[in-house]
Amino acid sequence: MKQWQCIVCGFIYDEAEGLPDEGIAPGTAWDDIPDDWLCPDCGVTKSDFEMVEI
Amino acid sequence: MSSGAGILVIGSGMAGYTLLREIRKLDSDVALTLICADSGDFYSKPMLSNALAANKTAEQLVTQPAAAITDSLNVKLFAHTRIEGIDSTARQVFSADQSWSYDALVLATGANPIRLPMAGDGADDMLSVNHLDDYRRFRQQLGNAGHVAIIGPGLIGCEFANDLVASGTQVSIIGPDAWPISTLLPEAGGRFLQQRLEAAGVTFFLGNSVESVNRATNGFDVALKNGDTLPCDLVLSAIGLRADSSLAESAGLDTGRGYRVDAYLQTNRDGIYALGDCAEVNGFNLPFIMPIMFAARALAKTLSGQASAVSYPAMPVAIKTPACPLVVAPPATHESNAWRVETSPFGVKALCYRDESLVGFALAGDAVSEKQALTRTLPAVF
Repeated sequence: MKQWQCIVCGFIYDEAEGLPDEGIAPGTAWDDIPDDWLCPDCGVTKSDFEMVEI
Repeated sequence: MSSGAGILVIGSGMAGYTLLREIRKLDSDVALTLICADSGDFYSKPMLSNALAANKTAEQLVTQPAAAITDSLNVKLFAHTRIEGIDSTARQVFSADQSWSYDALVLATGANPIRLPMAGDGADDMLSVNHLDDYRRFRQQLGNAGHVAIIGPGLIGCEFANDLVASGTQVSIIGPDAWPISTLLPEAGGRFLQQRLEAAGVTFFLGNSVESVNRATNGFDVALKNGDTLPCDLVLSAIGLRADSSLAESAGLDTGRGYRVDAYLQTNRDGIYALGDCAEVNGFNLPFIMPIMFAARALAKTLSGQASAVSYPAMPVAIKTPACPLVVAPPATHESNAWRVETSPFGVKALCYRDESLVGFALAGDAVSEKQALTRTLPAVF
């Protein structure tokens, strides 16, 4: 399980925790998050501003 | 959209680059030109206020050099170029020694730190950090500073205070406000933040102000209104930002809190648009990332031939104070609102109501976990 950080706002997506509030189950790999997903804190798209592994 | 001059964007911040990316997704042919006063390297401005504890240098904050983005998007870049005027009739912009034609012009010039006149021979040495170059200077001057004084206990001041104490620097933060981030947080939320930051090592001087900043043998002496003097190594001014609408006069553009634009991001002049921190969109100047994203996507469609009005959903703002997680969704107006506040030792949940409808919230500490659920019940901004 990895953590990914939004390069715009610093939001951290933790694969282990997922985002249950947004319907993303715990354990969901970053690659499996839909391409139209937006960062919950700043709204950037998954493809435009890559999350980086931390 | 006919002369072939294409779309000209002024400003290489989040607004300018996001717009260019979104246009290219829709139109691979239109000529795109970017003119900016700095290098054009891409970095994330929100990261400036939490880069110290992460031990990032200015260079490390650059996620994409200008040449890499402009090549991949096929954008003609004019860096280190300051536009001084607009001729809206001839559809041209000009610098001191050059001019460019446009079919559509987008102003994305951001905002500048507000500086109040200050007494003392150290006043001009105060730093504001709102740009990568500012951050570079800040890091250089910070060196091994033991104590930083921050003027302004608002969002930016508190973020920097948290970042500095987390990286081992003592911080004093000064302002006339009764509690920190008083423009966005009700008192209970502000007090909770204050306690958390104090526990992390920040000293607050609230209900107070700075009378003068003078150079001392080592660093500066900051004289406070209540008669105290704070010796420190560096003074950071963080009292707020003002939209950069300095090109308004030459083109006769309406301004309020920024270039006034409608929901199509259009100014009162045909073919001239504004986006981001420099714009007042439908009456709202919201200097945060999420509004830029929504506005850039709408404007890209409009400029690609499909007129699209932007609409702003509720857009909560995450404030980067790790000592006290904070999320705020300020109400659109301050009139006839009533806050209902629940506090616990672990957090504050403050809900703002107007006529029994939820219109905003402020969440601190463990209450931030309710952000998503509450956001779904908020009304759109417009």
